[in-house]
Amino acid sequence: MEIKKAAAAGTMESNDAMIMIEPGDGELEIFVDSVVARQFGKQIERAVMEVLSQYEIEDAHVLVRDKGAVECTLKARCETAILRALKED
Amino acid sequence: MNKRAESLGAAMKKAGIQNGMTISFHHHLRNGDYVMNMVLDEAAKMGIKDLTVQASSVFDVHQPIIEHIRNGVVTGIETNYMGAKVGKAISEGILDRPVRFRSHGGRPDAIEKGRVKIDIAFVAAPCADASGNANGIYGPSACGSLGYACADAKYAKTTIVVTDYLAEYPLSPASIEETDVDYVVVVDKIGDAAGIVSGTTQITRDPVGLKIAETAARVIEHSGYLADGFSFQTGAGGASLAVTKYLKPIMKRKNVSGSFGLGGITGYMVDMLREGYFKKLMDVQCFDLKAVESLKTNPDHIEVSASRYASPGVISACVDHLDAVILGATQIDTDFNVNVHTDSNGYIMGGSGGHSDTAAGAKLSIIVAPLFRARLPIIVDRALCVSTPGNTVDVLVTQRGIAVNPAREALRKRLTDACLPVYDIGELKEMAEKITGKPDDIELGERIAAEVEYRDGSIIDKIRCVK
Repeated sequence: MEIKKAAAAGTMESNDAMIMIEPGDGELEIFVDSVVARQFGKQIERAVMEVLSQYEIEDAHVLVRDKGAVECTLKARCETAILRALKED
Repeated sequence: MNKRAESLGAAMKKAGIQNGMTISFHHHLRNGDYVMNMVLDEAAKMGIKDLTVQASSVFDVHQPIIEHIRNGVVTGIETNYMGAKVGKAISEGILDRPVRFRSHGGRPDAIEKGRVKIDIAFVAAPCADASGNANGIYGPSACGSLGYACADAKYAKTTIVVTDYLAEYPLSPASIEETDVDYVVVVDKIGDAAGIVSGTTQITRDPVGLKIAETAARVIEHSGYLADGFSFQTGAGGASLAVTKYLKPIMKRKNVSGSFGLGGITGYMVDMLREGYFKKLMDVQCFDLKAVESLKTNPDHIEVSASRYASPGVISACVDHLDAVILGATQIDTDFNVNVHTDSNGYIMGGSGGHSDTAAGAKLSIIVAPLFRARLPIIVDRALCVSTPGNTVDVLVTQRGIAVNPAREALRKRLTDACLPVYDIGELKEMAEKITGKPDDIELGERIAAEVEYRDGSIIDKIRCVK
């Protein structure tokens, strides 16, 4: 599916994550900034990838600013950000 | 004899400060301390190099030490605790010589036995007379107990008392006595009152912390140690302090009359003294104004030296009389070894303080910690640093359940019989990882940033630099 506009979901509170998504330049780019990057960096990227592929998103910039969210939180924030970004104004 | 020096610099010159010396500090002024920074600035101005700072604690307020390390003024640090800001620089490898960590009991023992030799001790004194009798209960920078400074003043080659409140001779009570003091210097301010003690120490409102505290109080209730004569120590932070809130009604209901409260003392412990839950408080460090006021006015609130508090080298110390202690952890491994020196990324952000001393001394040592913080499980296969060995740790209390050291089978049975949620520590670890996922191991550097000396003088662990 096609990302129509920039959108975000989540907060910068501890144990949450803020996920921002915007139209890409022809490919999928994910940038993860996390307080637990050393221990969970790869797992965070994998979780976000999983949600993106569920929605068949192949062209987007995704920025994850993670404050130690568990996986279900990350996925929920990601899904909400995608649903917002898919809506036309 | 006239001990007065007209300035800090003059006192340091009289003391014969020179390159390569070991100078010592105590941390009762905590994050409000000006004295260590003033001394190091003065040493830098005098062109002194290669100093070893022997401090009972290094706080964030002491960040200027980083610049003094870069300039070669300071080339060694020995301490019992190091705040995160200086800790980060150390973990990044700023100091060539590894930091030497000790405990609050191990440090005075090392000083008294001569393993640590102090050339000049600086005693930050909220109140002193011109001959160097000093205490911490009067003056604008009042901090209460001066317990950590006692061994330094007694055993240093030269002792300089630095005060901002000069009293008439003879000052009493004298926590530091004139017999141990060479020079006295009066400065404008020895510290910032706001950083020295908190107005009032607040009990956490975090529901997870409260749940842990409530469970820890129930562990004490059913441990078999809660009887007349009960003695107790807890910290000022998070769930630790909140344990007192839940312990009080239990002591009341069971009509238990405690003997003494120990350690860093807060207003909550003062309330328990006043209300008759304990007969005495043994105080090595005051955490808030209420504790300072109580030490000043209540004869049952007693100042103790670090040595009497926790030294393993004296005939008996307060920790040896302790029934229960509540302690924190950044990590605990499945062998019950506790890390309080580094965070989960390996950065130094703490230290033993009295952790390993009280764990060794108390009949019941309880670690209170959440199952995870910001997705990082607290229970790990191997702690990044062993600050306190697992054979001195009895119970771990988390919000989801408790684990008892397998060496304490009788205790485990008591707690199980009381219907407390007892699990194997491995089960608690799995419970956490089911929520957080299993963290990847982190990679650390090869260089040693710090060595941790256990209270008996042996090296219990080494802390690597962070890559």
